[in-house]
Amino acid sequence: MTLVKQKTLRLDGGLPAVVVPDAPPLASKRRRKPLTLDKVSFFAVFLGVPLAIYLLFVIWPFLQAFAYSLTDWSGFSPDQNFIGLENYRRIFTDDIFMKAMGNNILLVICLPIITIILSLVLATFVTVGGSSKGQIKGLRNSSFYRVVSFFPYTIPAIAIGIMWGQIYDPSGGLLNGILTSLGFDQFKSYPWLGDKSTAMIATMFVIVWGFVGFYMVLFVAGIKGIPAELFEAARIDGAGRFRTAVSITIPLIRDNIQTAYIYMGILALDAFVYMSALNSGGGPDNSTLVMSQQLFFTAFSKGQFGLASAMGVVLAITTLIFSGLVFLVNRLTGGGKDVSL
Amino acid sequence: MTTKLASPEMKSLHFNPRKPATTPGDKVVGAVSHTALTIWSLIVILPLLWTFMSSFKTSSEIFASPFALPSQWRFDNYVKAWTEAGIGSYFLNSVIVVGSALVIVMVLGAMCAYVLARFKFFGSRAVYYLMLAGLTFPIFLAMVPLFFVMKKIGLLNTLPGLTLVYVGFALPFTVFFLFSFFKSLPYEIGEAASLDGAGEWRTFFQVMLPMAKPGLASVAIFNFLGLWNQFLIPVAINAAGPRVLSQGLAAFAGQMGYAVDFGALFAAVTVTVVPVLIVYVIFQRQLQGSVSQGTSR
Repeated sequence: MTLVKQKTLRLDGGLPAVVVPDAPPLASKRRRKPLTLDKVSFFAVFLGVPLAIYLLFVIWPFLQAFAYSLTDWSGFSPDQNFIGLENYRRIFTDDIFMKAMGNNILLVICLPIITIILSLVLATFVTVGGSSKGQIKGLRNSSFYRVVSFFPYTIPAIAIGIMWGQIYDPSGGLLNGILTSLGFDQFKSYPWLGDKSTAMIATMFVIVWGFVGFYMVLFVAGIKGIPAELFEAARIDGAGRFRTAVSITIPLIRDNIQTAYIYMGILALDAFVYMSALNSGGGPDNSTLVMSQQLFFTAFSKGQFGLASAMGVVLAITTLIFSGLVFLVNRLTGGGKDVSL
Repeated sequence: MTTKLASPEMKSLHFNPRKPATTPGDKVVGAVSHTALTIWSLIVILPLLWTFMSSFKTSSEIFASPFALPSQWRFDNYVKAWTEAGIGSYFLNSVIVVGSALVIVMVLGAMCAYVLARFKFFGSRAVYYLMLAGLTFPIFLAMVPLFFVMKKIGLLNTLPGLTLVYVGFALPFTVFFLFSFFKSLPYEIGEAASLDGAGEWRTFFQVMLPMAKPGLASVAIFNFLGLWNQFLIPVAINAAGPRVLSQGLAAFAGQMGYAVDFGALFAAVTVTVVPVLIVYVIFQRQLQGSVSQGTSR
């Protein structure tokens, strides 16, 4: 790769030297790539413009957040006093924020596991549900299931939240309508999102509903990437379907599973859209309150920007710790060295 | 090029023209599979159908029975949602913002990825890792300072400001994905172009960019979905500006708590969902191909 590339540059840069053979040599390094207007403008625009936007709107705010988190800034006043780690002390002694963090941790444990298991099972049905004789084949008409399961991924999260808010509605909602018509009269006007024992589970289900199809498609693609000979060999050796799924399929797509786990976990640590659509106030007894909601409220309603930035830093560090843990666990249990993100 | 990229999905395991004999075990497994997948499909479709049906009902009809069909198929709710609730103008704003952000981020992202993938220069690795860092940090961390950056440069609560921020946050993913794509294009072609006298600009726009079309299409689809569904950024930095669809929908649902007009709410949700769903059904082959491409690298 590098060899070819050097050749390109030499050819490219060598041309002027051929045209004027006895021109005095410039600085020997420069002679290889003369800086023409074409090249300078090319680099300036191609690298400069995207980087400028990226640095201004993404990197600069990220860096500033760390600085703000050490001040007592209230946003609209000019005075910013450096108060060290005081904000962090306040956060970790704040019961409401700790409750929110607990909810996030609950989400980060449950959501990826439920979503991944469900989508793996469905993906396995799609790919190995067909005949066991002859060539390995998937389930008939499976593309219909794939297309339908993918629907929720294309719907804006806020629309999903609003829609499910209506489905869970105690009196006019679809869920209680179905349950009462099946004879479960105790659910006649049961407030799924208003009762603290079910609010979190109901919310989790909405997020799972939104993502199972996407990960199912991802896993189906991963399973189809496995050479058919491997399945063939396993079958000839007498492995049943279940054994094949556990011993062949899952180990071979474990990088896909790891990617899914990280994405789902990062989503669970955010979860802002779903939570604010389903229970904007944090739910009964703060049972569905998450860190991101608390951050948003602290910043844009209370105007405590220093404190909110500190919450952002805590959120970011939690995310990094989570990703690190997933990588570590995968590595320790013998996962691949090349990890696709 | 194209065939190489499409291969993971082409090499599907099913669609065998010959029909092999089936054993009883196969039938059981097949039946179980179909049942499980059908149940999940129903769980996905029923809420959508219910929302669609309810969008034609009046509030009192919705409360009378969640299942009954509307007494007549009236479009009042849609008119109400489109005009009174302003979903029409939010929709237009979303189209403008997401459309222009998409074009800009695809051009800038492709340029940046091309330079990073094709040229070795001082700091190219650093820039690459800087892009990667943007993918790992949660957007939330940036929201508060971003608010003040936008305020300082006078773009807070404006659509151009929102567009630029969308571009910034979609850039790392775009660059990251296209980086590996440009790396895989053969170097001989760039060489040939420069021998024929094309400068760097022409080589990129007339040779490289057309060759990168399949990759660009995949990234564009994902960026479109991501930006169209974006909620946090507009809520944080465009709270008082002209609303985009996701933001307007949330505001509309928030008001609903007081002035109950559920029919119009369902209509608003339907208006949001249906166009994307139609686009998806048309492009679903491409999209599912991109999911496999994006992950089986």
